Amino acid sequence: MPVIFATDLIVYILFAGAFYFMLAVRKEGMLKEAWKDVKKRRLAMVCLSVLAAYSIVALADSIRWRDPIRNESGRPALSPSGGYIYSAEALSILDRALSRIRLENEKTYSAPLSSHLYVKESIELPDGRVAREYPPLRYPGAHILGTDKVGNDILYIALKGVRTGMVIGAGTTIVIIPFAIFFGVIAGYYGGLIDDIVQYLYTTLASIPGVLLIVAFMLLFGSSGYQGGLIRQSDLVLQAFVPNDRLFWLCLILGVTSWTDLCRLIRGETLKLRELEYVQASRAFGVSRRGIIYRHIVPNLMHLILITFVLQFSGLVLAEAILSYIGIGVGPQMWSWGNMINTARLELSMEPVVWWNLLASFVFMFGLVLPANIFGDAVRDALDPRLRFK
Amino acid sequence: MLAYMIRRLLYAIPIIIGVNILTAALFFYVNTPDDMARKILGEKNITPQAIENWKMDHGYNFPAFINTKEKGAAVVTQTIFFQKSVPLLWFDFGRSDRNNIDIGAEIRQRMWPSLFISLPTFAIGVTLDLFFAMMLAYYKGTYIDFLGLVAGVVLMSISSLFYIITGQYVFGKALRLFPISGYDTGIHAFKFVVLPVIVGIMSGIGAGIRFYRTVFIEEIGKDYVRTARAKGLPESAVLFKHALKNAMIPVLTNVVVSIPFLFYGSLIMETFFAIPGLGNFTIQAIQSQDFAIVRSMVYLGSLLYIAGLILTDVSYTLVDPRVKFE
Amino acid sequence: MDIPVLEVKDLKTYFRTQRGIAKAVDGVSFSIPEGSTFALVGESGCGKSLTALSIIQLVPGPSGFQAGGEILLKGRPITRLTEHGKREIRGNKVSMIFQEPMTSLNPVFTVGYQTAETIRLHRKKSAAEARAAAIEMFGKVGLPEPQALFDEYPHRLSGGMRQRVMIAMALACKPDLLIADEPTTALDVTIQDQIIRLIKELKDSMKMAVLLITHNLALVYRNAENVCVMYAGKVAEMTSTDELFRNPMHPYTVKLLRSMPGYEKRGLMLDTIPGSVPPATNYPVGCRFAGRCPREMAGCATIKPALAERAAGHFVSCHLHDSSFMSKPCSKPIMCEPDKVPPAPALNAIKKPLLDVRNLKTYYTVRKGLFKRVKGYVRAVDGIDLSVRKGMTLALVGESGCGKTTAGKSIIRLIRPDSGEIVFNGENIASLGERALRPMRSRAQIIFQDPYSSLNPRMMIKDAIEEGLKTLKPDLDRAARLDKTARVLERVGLAPEMMHRYPHEFSGGQRQRIGIARALAVDPEFIICDEAVSALDVSVQAQILNLLKSIQRESGISYLFITHDLAVVEYIADEIAVMYMGKIVERGTTDAVFSNPVHNYTKKLLSAIPTLPPGMSWKLPGKM
Repeated sequence: MPVIFATDLIVYILFAGAFYFMLAVRKEGMLKEAWKDVKKRRLAMVCLSVLAAYSIVALADSIRWRDPIRNESGRPALSPSGGYIYSAEALSILDRALSRIRLENEKTYSAPLSSHLYVKESIELPDGRVAREYPPLRYPGAHILGTDKVGNDILYIALKGVRTGMVIGAGTTIVIIPFAIFFGVIAGYYGGLIDDIVQYLYTTLASIPGVLLIVAFMLLFGSSGYQGGLIRQSDLVLQAFVPNDRLFWLCLILGVTSWTDLCRLIRGETLKLRELEYVQASRAFGVSRRGIIYRHIVPNLMHLILITFVLQFSGLVLAEAILSYIGIGVGPQMWSWGNMINTARLELSMEPVVWWNLLASFVFMFGLVLPANIFGDAVRDALDPRLRFK
Repeated sequence: MLAYMIRRLLYAIPIIIGVNILTAALFFYVNTPDDMARKILGEKNITPQAIENWKMDHGYNFPAFINTKEKGAAVVTQTIFFQKSVPLLWFDFGRSDRNNIDIGAEIRQRMWPSLFISLPTFAIGVTLDLFFAMMLAYYKGTYIDFLGLVAGVVLMSISSLFYIITGQYVFGKALRLFPISGYDTGIHAFKFVVLPVIVGIMSGIGAGIRFYRTVFIEEIGKDYVRTARAKGLPESAVLFKHALKNAMIPVLTNVVVSIPFLFYGSLIMETFFAIPGLGNFTIQAIQSQDFAIVRSMVYLGSLLYIAGLILTDVSYTLVDPRVKFE
Repeated sequence: MDIPVLEVKDLKTYFRTQRGIAKAVDGVSFSIPEGSTFALVGESGCGKSLTALSIIQLVPGPSGFQAGGEILLKGRPITRLTEHGKREIRGNKVSMIFQEPMTSLNPVFTVGYQTAETIRLHRKKSAAEARAAAIEMFGKVGLPEPQALFDEYPHRLSGGMRQRVMIAMALACKPDLLIADEPTTALDVTIQDQIIRLIKELKDSMKMAVLLITHNLALVYRNAENVCVMYAGKVAEMTSTDELFRNPMHPYTVKLLRSMPGYEKRGLMLDTIPGSVPPATNYPVGCRFAGRCPREMAGCATIKPALAERAAGHFVSCHLHDSSFMSKPCSKPIMCEPDKVPPAPALNAIKKPLLDVRNLKTYYTVRKGLFKRVKGYVRAVDGIDLSVRKGMTLALVGESGCGKTTAGKSIIRLIRPDSGEIVFNGENIASLGERALRPMRSRAQIIFQDPYSSLNPRMMIKDAIEEGLKTLKPDLDRAARLDKTARVLERVGLAPEMMHRYPHEFSGGQRQRIGIARALAVDPEFIICDEAVSALDVSVQAQILNLLKSIQRESGISYLFITHDLAVVEYIADEIAVMYMGKIVERGTTDAVFSNPVHNYTKKLLSAIPTLPPGMSWKLPGKM
């Protein structure tokens, strides 16, 4: 039985968007030129492949389904009414692909690729004596990046963190794009009272410190998870869809706080576009305002949105780690780099130091943020008309 | 000038009122006083009477915005909004929900440690950012520029948590140069301040250099720079006199708006380094779910932001002769 | 006196680009004697501005570099100087003024400070002495109240005054050479005239040499002793100004001169140059004008012509004047264009007015203060009367800021006028709602100035042209729309297949054609041309003017031609309305207004246009 989290939709939309741009790049003039520019930079293309790899991991971790429970004989167990009984846990493609390292748990810490645990234990020797020794691992050498306190494989945890990072980085902007476009365009195009209201709205929202707004929201929704409210599971026709996903709300709330910048940018650009001659020409044909916005304004804002998207991405991935540390992030039950850092911090004060958990999370995060920054620069350089026609 | 300042302050009033209403709606309507009471009293002690008592003790025993039971002005005044949120307008922050401390006094006391950390971080950080950015702009297109850009993008791709944790580990634990965390008053504060300041500068420098470099390079491409060069001015005068004074205009928007925020300190730094400042205060309030403090801090943050906007506008008039007091 | 002030020898300035080396300036030589003005003329992209920047050694690096050649200033080679040595020359021995006075001054320093800065730098004077010298210079360039002006910031000055400040700054150290790069292009006609006169006066009084860079041949005629025509990074022709206008020898020069609009050419088509300037990364091997030349011969495209003296003091780089080339058997003329430009067929103008504008007023409100109360009005259009007759062209002439564009937009109701009547085809459309305006929308259209912003970069040409058809002719089906689109593209001289392309694939001239096609698609009777040819090079401008004229002959469309360019007006307009500060100060037929202007402003405007003397006609070199 398939299960779709609200955040899975974000990953799907991300892929749909990437696909759309791939098609648009083949077809359309200006984007095609910009793409040629980006393609010329070898470093940007390397970064794009890294990003693509991360995205694929995220996608693999976003397609999930529940398996029927099997009884001892290996046949699916049936409920009294004759249907399958499904396990409570929905495993993703990634979980299934990594089932070996997912399931091969140790007792507690073990260093990367080691054959023994990192902590001495009292072991009963064959001759009956008890000694404090490093006990051998159940799966020696299997844990490339070691294991954590409860013996989970670090590589697996770090890979699970990929989806969280991608969802925060991409989802936040995706969630706000429709609102930013709507308010930015109507403020810029219609002007007057509508403009005043929208400007008041975003100045007010922008003046509330972002972190505190997030704090406030997360407090209201509880530190353990979403506490019901706007959409209830039972309200939905589609039973497989899970809206009460704390990560989703975090995206939404981060979106509300970062909405104002994009909105202001779009408003300014719309003001400029409104006066351009092709818009005037369209008005001279008697084309309705809605037609002009749809055909002339919004398509010419796309480069701004794409630039904002790639430039915000890395900042948001980093923000997740910080929020998780303060305890208002994705929540402790979620795999995320922020949570990894949070737990690993205390491990640094242990003797001897447990360093691999921390290192893995930083390296994975760095591996996503650095290419995103470099690729973002390339996209901006190629798309920003101010830079382009110099 | 004075008239301009007054007008600018008047513009801020609707925004402050908007912020006030918004925070009130968030804290009294979406999250009702009953919810607060339940959280603070704990799951075990909840009885309807206990909740009522708690609300009575802390002054939440009114409707949120409109009191239909009262008559006349009391319809509005006998509400949580009027009792709790409106006094914020004249900086009456009230008392905290949990320990009944005077929030206003706490803020006045705690802003100094915050300032001791954030002011040097800000001042040294911006100076370094500008210095390196100008260097890169001066050597634009050379290897120095390229290496600087690469360093910038790498530095900004590293999580600030990494700087904090490795900073504490290397300087505090391994080298024992500075205490890992903590704070002291007076001159003794110095040794506690150094490490957070270094870490704070490091985590901002990558993005800062890149941003200011773009500003400078855009400025260098302008026509008046060509004129200055055609006059025979040396490149240093072209950059550091003509371009810099113009570049100050976009730099100011970025910098001045955050000056009032220095009082606020940094949430992350103060928690990690156990600085008893406002940032730390906020995080503690969040973790103990003390909504009166969180509400005050949200409101204070907004005020500081608006103050930053006004300061920015005023500083424009000082740098840019084209902007008049209108 | 024997040593020229400036001598440029085989100058080469190249750029590294993604498409290879762009040879922007590719072997240019000339010299300027003391006390004379030397003009460098050519269309955009021919390398004239870069020649100037090379002389002052300010080629934008690191992509641009000097690939060869020598620049001698009073016999002193300056390319080999150290950076310090070059700086001592800039602003001191060689000064430069630029096209854009609005952006060329530093906005955050006072004009006085900026001028004094130069003096202090090169003359090692104290601040007080420099101040006095700067104020003296301000007086010399005719700035009012130089004392008070010293402490003003640039944004408080008008464009003309800023250009005077630029000149004061450039001449403060009494340079040997002044380079003026399009010094008047961004200014209004009347100011242009003042500035060019000022440069001329100062040149005489200060005994310096001037290098005048311009695209305007008419400006050269009265203001330069010698002239050099550049094409694609090379010198095409170089001689004294008199000689050039009397006897142009390079086919490009002749074509350029013949494509200039003017009163003389009314009723004639303008001459045009087919094709466009080759990109600087990819020049033809032989003559760079090959492929566009009306007199091209076999061999022209492969053999480089040398710049040689073909008449006394007249240097031409063209095989047509090279007897040794002409005598070779291979060099039979293969391309020939008739020397005469065909006259345009006359139109039987109908005298009935199509459009009658009465007392039209469009104000902009100025809002100020906390509650944005209306504090005043800008009377952009302040009660104008116009009438456009069927099949005729009315030119609405005026300088920037006079309200002519607002008037045009108000007339076709892109802006809602505040009062007055706009009677179009017998119906007053001044206060109609958008829905009621629909029938008018297909009959009145507009063409814009900037070919780069007049087309939506994200829209295929087909969609841009079909947009009007979809809204205004909803009864047309898909096939009919496509057919119509193909036909209008053909009408403006573009291949119908081009409809599937995007705007960035077209040149400026082609885009302007597409803009015309877009307007024509809905079969209008009336088109407003809002500075429609002002942004184009003269040869492209000629093509567009020809096109507009032939469309008018064929389909009897009326034009309202909004422009500041009086040469275009003389050529194309039947009637003129002169606008000044929101009002029409003079109306009449073109003949009447030009021969006998009544209003003072009109007189001033007309006397300021740079013109060529009447009765000049130019023949292409070589035999038919």
